[in-house]
Amino acid sequence: MSEPLPTPDTGTAPFTATSRRATAARFAMFWGAPPALWQAAFFLVPLGFLVAMTFWSVKSFRLTPDATLANWTFILNAGFFRNAYVYTFWLSALTAVIASVAAFPAAYTLAYKVSPATRRFMIFMLVVPFFTSYPVRIYSTQIFFSPQGIINTVLAPLGLGPLQVLNTPTGTVVGYLVLTLPLVVLLQTFALANVPRTLIEAAHNLGCGRFRTIGTVIIPSARIGLIVAGTFAFVLAFGDYVAPTYLGGSRPPTLSILIADQVKSGNNWPRASVVAVMMIVTLMVVMLVMIGLAYGRRKERP
Amino acid sequence: MSMAALRRLLLLAYTGVVFAFIFAPIVSTIVFSFNADRFPSLPWGGFSLQWYEAIFADATIQRGLINSLIVAGVTCVIATFLGFSAAYVDYRYRFLGKSVYLALAALPPTVPVVILGVALLTFEGRVGLSGTLPGIIVGHVVLSTPFAMALVRMRLADLDPDIERAAWNLGASPWATMFGVIVPFCAPAILAAIFLTAAVSFDEFMIAWFVSGVNETLPVRVLAMLQGQVSPRINAIGAIVFGVSITLIVLAQMLLGRMSGRAARKKG
Repeated sequence: MSEPLPTPDTGTAPFTATSRRATAARFAMFWGAPPALWQAAFFLVPLGFLVAMTFWSVKSFRLTPDATLANWTFILNAGFFRNAYVYTFWLSALTAVIASVAAFPAAYTLAYKVSPATRRFMIFMLVVPFFTSYPVRIYSTQIFFSPQGIINTVLAPLGLGPLQVLNTPTGTVVGYLVLTLPLVVLLQTFALANVPRTLIEAAHNLGCGRFRTIGTVIIPSARIGLIVAGTFAFVLAFGDYVAPTYLGGSRPPTLSILIADQVKSGNNWPRASVVAVMMIVTLMVVMLVMIGLAYGRRKERP
Repeated sequence: MSMAALRRLLLLAYTGVVFAFIFAPIVSTIVFSFNADRFPSLPWGGFSLQWYEAIFADATIQRGLINSLIVAGVTCVIATFLGFSAAYVDYRYRFLGKSVYLALAALPPTVPVVILGVALLTFEGRVGLSGTLPGIIVGHVVLSTPFAMALVRMRLADLDPDIERAAWNLGASPWATMFGVIVPFCAPAILAAIFLTAAVSFDEFMIAWFVSGVNETLPVRVLAMLQGQVSPRINAIGAIVFGVSITLIVLAQMLLGRMSGRAARKKG
């Protein structure tokens, strides 16, 4: 992008107000339009297409534009969909709770018990896994829990195990935690570090015990961040395909597995689209409820 | 030992356990990629490079790696340009529908990739993009642009808007101001955004899995290998993939760290 820099279009004439305004408008369009056009063309339109496709039909293996509700009635009445929906929702919610509870002491430590330099380094470390090949990490976790894997090798001499984690819902949740825990610790650490220290010190000076300070001062003050962290865990787990497939053994299937199966082998794209739209609607409702929970009740307080 | 010290020790130990859970899969992948045994278990079976030799001899893995590098290379440039543009628009302009504009730019990562994958597959099938590398790039740009936007926007927050206005008042055109003031100021964030979006693209497997067809990227190849039996070759690929993405992330973070360090010193 090496545009000729100064004096845009007027040659030798001095900057007139109109040419200046025209330049400014062209400048604004140059920077403003591409992101909007790109995300509209390759994000909004495909999603709109997905919604439209839920009303299409498959006639003799060919996708045909249509205005039928058959896909909706089929999926919403199908036992396998309802079971998968409840199962996915429940495991994702469970993951959000476990991740939030498990992360809290670690976030508390990072926020209050280590030096700023250590905290910066730990935050730096926590960002890494989020951008680091998730399927390989799940593969590695699979090896850990396999019958001849490290965990069972260590447990056997102690007279424990063998642990049956693979191909169970527990395996799926372990995988969800591999995915979500770094992010939850990170967001909770930010939330806790932003609680004013003076507030905590005031509580201590007034004789408030450690756990009471956490319960009545720190958690309420950091509530927005804590809820956001849990919501992210839910959203990530709800849409994940890898953990339920490779650690949960696909049985029972989650919604993402239903979608992948319908598209990859069943070739019924309209039905897969219905499942996808149901997932988006669910996530939107969950996010709205959580935002309400995070910000809403706060206003009632004086 | 006092109670406070004991409590601190317990908290540190617990944090260590959490970090061990997070990093054990990464560390063990790298360690076992050098293990001579077929099955990655204890005890250690001796040092070997045979799994690396095996993957470098595998044509499908080579092609996957090349595809991934092409996709990541193109994605990071487009996504960084779009992310920079969106961040600048947010910094510089106020207009009707700005919140919609920003939501459009920022929302894609909140939509599960499995859904983005299906949506792009059905859409791209209609316009003839599915099964091609540009088809994957298009989706990766959608997904990674918000990350670039966030990094540049954070940087612009430290730039006084009056500086740009002063340049205009002194007769500089908006283009001259852009390339003389804004872009140099944002350079570290732009570079960090290039690394980060490259990492996002290099590791993305779901959109690529749906859209790629026969043009598999490396993570898609890994996903296919996971469906087979346990193979130490996955550890070797994993170690390489970790190496690439961790390098990119560390570079991005170092740039950002320098940036925030300087900003803090300036304020202090």
